[in-house]
Amino acid sequence: MSDNLKAQLEAERRRRKELADSSTGSHSLSTDVKFDTDIYNTSDKFAGYDMSIDTDTTQDTVAPPTGRFGITAPRELIEELHGEGAEDDDDPFKALQRTRGTNRVIADRESDYQKRRHVRQLSPERTDSGDGGVSYSEAMRKNQLDREKADLLAKIKKAQDTAEEKRVAGEPLQPTKRRWDVETPVHPSSTAAPKRNRWDQTPADVGAVAATPRRNRWDETPQVASGSGVAFGETPKRVRSRWDETPVMVGGSAAIGFGATPAGNIGMATPSAAQMAAGASILAKQQPQGQPDAMEARNLFQTDEELDSLLPKDGYAIMEPPPTYVPIRTPARKLMATPAPLRGSDGFHIPEETRHVDFDIPKEVPGVGALPFFKQDDMQFFGKLLDGQSEEDMDLAEKHERQVLRLLLKIKNGTPPMRKVAMRQIAERAREFGAAPIFNQTLPLLMSPSLEEQERHLLVKVIDRVMFRLGDLVRPFVHKILVVIEPMLIDEDRYARSEGCEIISNLAKAAGLPAMIATMRPDIDHVDEYVRNTTARALSVVASALGIPALLPFLKAVCMSKKSWQARQTGVRVVRQIAILVRSGVLPHLRSLVDCIGHGLDDEHLPVRTATALALAALAEAAAPYGIESFDSVLKPLWLGIRKHRGKGLAAFLKAIGFIIPLMEVEYANHYTREVMVILIREFQSPDEYMKNIVLKVIKQCVATPGVPVQYIKDEVLPEYFRNFWVRRMALERRQYHQVVETTVELANKVGGAEVINRIVLDLKDESGVYRNMVMEAISRIVQSLGAMDIEGRLEELLMDGVLYAFQEQAGEGQVILDGFGVVVNGLGTRAKPYLQQITSALLWRLNNQNPMVRQQAADLVAQIAPVMKSCGEDELMSRISVMLYEYLGEEYPEVLGSILGALKSIVNVIGMTDMQPPIADLLPRLTPILKNRHEKVQENCLDLIGRIADRGPEYVSAREWMRNCFSLLDLLRAHKKAIRRAAVNTFGYIAKAIGPQDVLATLLNNLKVQERQNRVCTTVAIAIVAETCAPFTVLPALMNEYRVPELNVQNGVLKSMSFLFEYIGAMAKDYVNAVTPLLEDALVDRDLVHRQQAASAIKHMALGVAGMGNEDAVLHLLNHLWPNIFETSPHSICAVLEAIESCRVCLGPGRIVQYSLQGLFHPARKVREVYWRIYNMTFVASQPALVAYYPRIENDGDNVYRRYELDYIL
Amino acid sequence: MDKFGMHSQTEQLHARHIGTGNADTTKHQWLTNQHRDTLAHYVSDDSLATYISIAEGESAARTNHAARHKRKQQKINE
Repeated sequence: MSDNLKAQLEAERRRRKELADSSTGSHSLSTDVKFDTDIYNTSDKFAGYDMSIDTDTTQDTVAPPTGRFGITAPRELIEELHGEGAEDDDDPFKALQRTRGTNRVIADRESDYQKRRHVRQLSPERTDSGDGGVSYSEAMRKNQLDREKADLLAKIKKAQDTAEEKRVAGEPLQPTKRRWDVETPVHPSSTAAPKRNRWDQTPADVGAVAATPRRNRWDETPQVASGSGVAFGETPKRVRSRWDETPVMVGGSAAIGFGATPAGNIGMATPSAAQMAAGASILAKQQPQGQPDAMEARNLFQTDEELDSLLPKDGYAIMEPPPTYVPIRTPARKLMATPAPLRGSDGFHIPEETRHVDFDIPKEVPGVGALPFFKQDDMQFFGKLLDGQSEEDMDLAEKHERQVLRLLLKIKNGTPPMRKVAMRQIAERAREFGAAPIFNQTLPLLMSPSLEEQERHLLVKVIDRVMFRLGDLVRPFVHKILVVIEPMLIDEDRYARSEGCEIISNLAKAAGLPAMIATMRPDIDHVDEYVRNTTARALSVVASALGIPALLPFLKAVCMSKKSWQARQTGVRVVRQIAILVRSGVLPHLRSLVDCIGHGLDDEHLPVRTATALALAALAEAAAPYGIESFDSVLKPLWLGIRKHRGKGLAAFLKAIGFIIPLMEVEYANHYTREVMVILIREFQSPDEYMKNIVLKVIKQCVATPGVPVQYIKDEVLPEYFRNFWVRRMALERRQYHQVVETTVELANKVGGAEVINRIVLDLKDESGVYRNMVMEAISRIVQSLGAMDIEGRLEELLMDGVLYAFQEQAGEGQVILDGFGVVVNGLGTRAKPYLQQITSALLWRLNNQNPMVRQQAADLVAQIAPVMKSCGEDELMSRISVMLYEYLGEEYPEVLGSILGALKSIVNVIGMTDMQPPIADLLPRLTPILKNRHEKVQENCLDLIGRIADRGPEYVSAREWMRNCFSLLDLLRAHKKAIRRAAVNTFGYIAKAIGPQDVLATLLNNLKVQERQNRVCTTVAIAIVAETCAPFTVLPALMNEYRVPELNVQNGVLKSMSFLFEYIGAMAKDYVNAVTPLLEDALVDRDLVHRQQAASAIKHMALGVAGMGNEDAVLHLLNHLWPNIFETSPHSICAVLEAIESCRVCLGPGRIVQYSLQGLFHPARKVREVYWRIYNMTFVASQPALVAYYPRIENDGDNVYRRYELDYIL
Repeated sequence: MDKFGMHSQTEQLHARHIGTGNADTTKHQWLTNQHRDTLAHYVSDDSLATYISIAEGESAARTNHAARHKRKQQKINE
């Protein structure tokens, strides 16, 4: 029937066409009327439309509409949604996750180049006997074939390209379609890139639009790219996104198509063809799994019984289907017919999060136990463990494989203790398992795309440990291991790189040089540049592991290779990497290495020449400042080379020269510098960034060489240099900015600061802020290193003027201008006097500015230049500033307030307490409330200021005010920042000294009762400081009295204070030993562990302090109480006790301790022996010679002469 | 395992200082170490060596040599 219909349609279509053709010529009434064609659109208004409905295909005629309505969002929004370059990063959250460190999947942060590691395959293991594995010759042959294939492909591509070019050149260019020239009916699908206009409402040929596979995460439904039935059965491959947690390793396997399509979509208003395809794929997916299928259930035919119950009895009759009826079999049609939602019929359902019902993810793996996590793609590797087979009837190899798997799973996913045990087992049983099961499981895991850093680290560790045990059994797996580990050598993470280095060097040691060379030889001239690059790095690691001389003959052969230039390039690269890796270790082999690569400078292939120059640069850098004689043979080709090359090649040659010149003797350096300078000056104008960086670097290196005369630089280099590099454009790029500044500083070192500053000083008034920054940074670094002695007269004026201008004009934050100002003013010293008036008025004005940033910068600048103002004798001005600052202490921005306090501190420091304006008596009461500010910068600066006042001029402030300060200070003892706590504690000391310790001490002792530990700890420190500053006898009685308070915290606090106290007072303790002994004795026999621990640490400091002061009796007494505590097990207390014993050794002599420890060295109980041996070892290590006299006299037994008769001699 | 505990760094300690022991050290090992230390002390400490040589009525060099020889014998026995 459909054939019939189709024929009819075809006939009708033909008829219409004929009619239309004939009507163009005729003069009918309607066509007689002419429109103004430039105003009205008289062309075929159906252009761009399909003229007929194609009934032929079963799907995809209804192509997915790009928008529900004809008029949609503006083009740019749509394009934004589609996202330029959305293919590589389809998840906007991914970058965020990376920066926060929550996404640690390695594959996600790799560059395109690093991604090429996934292309490499784990080759079968290498054998020399040829049973099952690949032999060396086979590997070489395969490599050869690969290379030829690549060559051929390149040729074909080139041929195609040239053909294409010819064709394109022959054709006239298609005019681009404009909005207004609709005269030319362009069928969208015929243009290469169909530009849709927002005015042509109906998408003409959406199939063509949809053909651009721009996907993003919003269109979860995979679009079927073209309207063909091919896409029907296969599931489209998707880029991974965070929305479908399970990446699957190879291609689009079953889970993806299913997961990507939220099933709820099906049954919504317009089921598109794509949805149908997806739905069909669901069907296809689910049926074989034999799961209850909701879709299928809904689409079952209704049975007669169901219909009977639904419909009324009478008025209906059951009809026979007509004989021509054929039921529709295509599933897509079925879906069209009944757009039923998947589950239930009550509207839309949010699809469930766990869409992967096909795998139930186990939390528990038989034989492994509960794991913290088990990822979806772990299934791929560890699924075998879950098949539930019993291991009884397996052969040994299979059993081993499963055991290894289990251990690996524990290591990868287990808790730290599990991991540790598994790691030890796998290492210990490595030889029993054999190399194959271990590496065959581990290496594929390392290639998994969802591998995270931590997992890689652990697996690499496994390989390392196992390799160590296996020794030369690893040989067949060397290449596999290299394939997996080599990418780590170019990882961006430094630790990963060094980890990779370590593995490869261990591998080289285990497998031996011949095996390594045999394995890596085929990769040296591999077609893929990535493989060659990583192989070169790996070989350099092998060289550093097995010694450069061992590898040299091989390298020489490779660098001489006639067969392929790739091999030569790799050889040269190996040398470069060796230089980078072993640094000055190349010196003994420098000449042979240079000879090995030297001829590469004249190679016929540019990449080899470039690589050689770079390798020479690396060698010279590593050898500096020695070894110029080794480079003799390459000097000529290098200097000839810079005349012959351009671009990248030239850059490499220049780099090599830049590193070699500093090694030369003076006159040679001069000569060669002049030679190269011509080229360098020519390249100043190069637009290439890479070249610019190299040129700058080489200039810096040449200038730094002593042989180059100053006059030459001044005449030849400086004018061009400043003309080309001191331009605004250079400031825009961060790296060049720094390069230029560094090179300029180097030039200034050579020709003098004034010369250079003279040339750039006017740029301080440039209108570009970034450029001013650059100028300022250069000037400040020059002045810092060279001083401002040679800057005088007009230049000085210009400089100060420029600096002030830059300071006034600066926008935003940044220390550069500020520091520069400070450096310049400090550099000028007393010569800055004439400008101070101007600076001060600027500062005063800026301190009053509305912008907090400006105020802050002004205050910071005051802090920097206060010493200069003092030395210029401008106390008057400074007082004006400090009064101003004092008035602004009510500042509400904490950053600014902190800076103001810092400025005040700086002024107080230089001007002294007596001359300070406003008077200290006024200043301090204003500071006390500021201490309560919670901002760290404010706290720190305020504390410093108060401490300074308490130290230098406490008499200006009343005692009551100081006490008030003390209370505020207590709060600061629990500050987060250590500097603040330390400043607070020190301030306690100053205040105590100023007003006497009694009141302060009372406050502090009260504070011991508080709950918070940190507060108590800081209080104890403060007490100790007070004791130190005000002599211990003022504090100890009160402190010891406090010990009588029957409260654990207080007593511990007292003991801790004593510990700190004895630490601070040192030998002063000798007068107090007898006084504190009863207290410590009591503490040492206390039930509380912490008591004993604190007492031990107090004894430690005390015994060390009084060593040699004649207090041995007391210390011995304390040691006797201390000794029973040696069986303590808590780490802190045993540590404290042992340290106390060590101190007692210092005080009492090692003999005493040895005598004590002799009791237990051979005790029947192991626990006792262990402790005693530890003490013995401690003593032995510390004072072994002294022990000779104290060893016990032991009688001979049998053959052994144990007595040391010489010690019995008496004269 | 235990950072500050009994067995922290014992292996390192043994490797670095010959003469340190542990719970399994035997009397003979301990005394061997003592003797070695003592002989080394005789050789290195001039005043002690002089004292011994005066007591034995030998030259200082011979005492020194004897100590070295003894140490060598001990090494062979070990």
